Amino acid sequence: MLLVGRSAQHLEIVAADLRVRGAKEVITFKADLADVSQHPQVIAFVQEQFPDLECVLLAYGTMQDQEACRHSVEMSLREWESNFISAAALLTAFADIFERRKCGCIAAITSVAGDRGRSSNYVYGAAKGALSLFLQGLRGRLHNSNVRVLTIKPGPVKTPMTTGLRQSRAFANSVSVASDICRALENDSHDILYTPWYWRYVMAAVKLIPEGVFKRVSI
Amino acid sequence: MSASTIAHSHTRIPSVISSEEYLSWGRYPRVVHNAVHQVYWPEEIQPILMKSDHAECLPYGLGRSYGDSCLNEGRSLIDCSRLTRILSFDRVTGRIWCEAGVSLADILRIVVPAGWFLPVTPGTKFATVGGAIANDVHGKNHHRAGSFGLHVVRFLLCRSDRGVLECCPDQNPELFGATIGGLGLTGVLLSAEIQLKQIIGDRINCESIPFDSIADFQAISTESDCKFEYTVAWVDSFSRKRLRGILFRGNHRKDFHVAQKDKSGPKIPFSFPQFLLNRRSLALFNFAYYQWKSLYGSRTSAPLDAFFYPLDSIRQWNLVYGKSGFLQYQLVIPESECDSFEEVLKVIAKDGLGSFLAVLKRFGSLRSPGMLSFPRPGLTLALDFPMRGERTLRLLATLDEIVNQAGGALYPAKDARMSPQMFEASFPKWRDFRSFIDPAMSSSFWRRVTESFPWKKS
Repeated sequence: MLLVGRSAQHLEIVAADLRVRGAKEVITFKADLADVSQHPQVIAFVQEQFPDLECVLLAYGTMQDQEACRHSVEMSLREWESNFISAAALLTAFADIFERRKCGCIAAITSVAGDRGRSSNYVYGAAKGALSLFLQGLRGRLHNSNVRVLTIKPGPVKTPMTTGLRQSRAFANSVSVASDICRALENDSHDILYTPWYWRYVMAAVKLIPEGVFKRVSI
Repeated sequence: MSASTIAHSHTRIPSVISSEEYLSWGRYPRVVHNAVHQVYWPEEIQPILMKSDHAECLPYGLGRSYGDSCLNEGRSLIDCSRLTRILSFDRVTGRIWCEAGVSLADILRIVVPAGWFLPVTPGTKFATVGGAIANDVHGKNHHRAGSFGLHVVRFLLCRSDRGVLECCPDQNPELFGATIGGLGLTGVLLSAEIQLKQIIGDRINCESIPFDSIADFQAISTESDCKFEYTVAWVDSFSRKRLRGILFRGNHRKDFHVAQKDKSGPKIPFSFPQFLLNRRSLALFNFAYYQWKSLYGSRTSAPLDAFFYPLDSIRQWNLVYGKSGFLQYQLVIPESECDSFEEVLKVIAKDGLGSFLAVLKRFGSLRSPGMLSFPRPGLTLALDFPMRGERTLRLLATLDEIVNQAGGALYPAKDARMSPQMFEASFPKWRDFRSFIDPAMSSSFWRRVTESFPWKKS
């Protein structure tokens, strides 16, 4: 198991926990994945340490104050860089690796926010939506190479990213979302996973609302 | 886009969410908190404490305390329930070192298959390690193993005035003793090391023996405590004539079995309407249970979960008490005051309010290092009462008087209403504890039981 993140200290704590819980081997690598310039080191490390890599899961993202993002090009660019551009860059590199090996699984966490542009968080939503689209195309490309591509679309979840928001009961528990993701990775059951499950139907309904109506509703 | 620009934009500032409702297990009292800080990493705690006002914060784990000892009305909570990482577990020595938000259930899942168990466990496994230390919890084996605090090797405590301190019997020993049973008031526990105990198997050989008087209970209890590691009695709180109940006793049984998949039991989906829990239905339940166990009780073996945590299998069982919640009342009375004990039971039976669960045990003589530790030699009785307003409060006040006269005490972890006088009687040395309270910490419980005593704000 390889964990990549920005804080070496946090990585070590999580790694220690995983080892106690039965992980055979946990290696950590410090990098800021939102920074594309750090990607070559990450890819090189992965190829060296994990030539038989089975699965890669992109589980990072940011959500800055969306209201502030509306008025700041700089903040918006940062949001798109971290949530889409850097992720797509990583996926491009991993796609080639897995395509050559003709096996494996690529997974990334996007969001239900990427299913439809809402006035309240379209900056974040656009990035996640773009990522969902990218994964969709990748899925088609890699299908013949026997590589699985899983798009994970959570609804709102209680995580460090959302602590600033007003969390209502609609916010899912991160442990149950994680269980859903693990199950989906183990069983080859989904191309697109909505978690909790009901978001699939909520978003299906939301997507059906005519634009003329939707633009008037401030969700 | 430079790396440093991106890095800076990702710095997470611990923010405050205004409270969703944070409750205690009894769902009484229902209070509103000013703010709740959700922490994910231990280093986030100190900045919160340092920025806090005087007497502003209280740590919160999984909210299994019954009354208001885990609540902080109008002020802040620090939700530590996401500090859930186990940092090390030595399978040879049985020492486990984990963050304070790790639940006892989580520990058990890891250690039982390796042949280890909690040295002391309360009636629920869904409490955190931090909570177990802060309430110095005790269990069915108190007569052999004492309380949880006796098995804590060391811990890291974060204070607003002294930063992060390691506490153990050799380092900061007074703070160590103050924090055990200290109700979260001495600072925020970040992580702790516990000495587990080795077990020979994952089932318990258990027996049940009915008794129908206090003398009967005492005799059976004495015999059982010698031969059995775990003993506890269920008592019929409606029985007006004599103390009637069933003593359960158990020992670990050899052999480990294939791990059963974690099956969640039934879940109480909503608050029950109050009329279901009334005098007649409860009395009937108690009578039936006593008869059933007398006939069929005897000898059996049970998995660890069923023996130690029968209520945990019904998730959200506290909702059975309805919207107004319930009050837990746990007392200890010296064994020399048996008469007072019987009087307590008579008063309860006469009142008819009834306790769904009345649990009785004889405490052993092992004393905890905790300053505000509750377990002490004597007979302890734990009861639930549906919260029916003044009537319930009056009943408990009457019981307080009896307990006080007998030189007994009440357990803060279960309390939602004891008076300052009763607290003083239960913990005469509480003023010694006061000097160890972190200036940034306070709780609803503490303010309530020390209000009448003027004390200097440092």
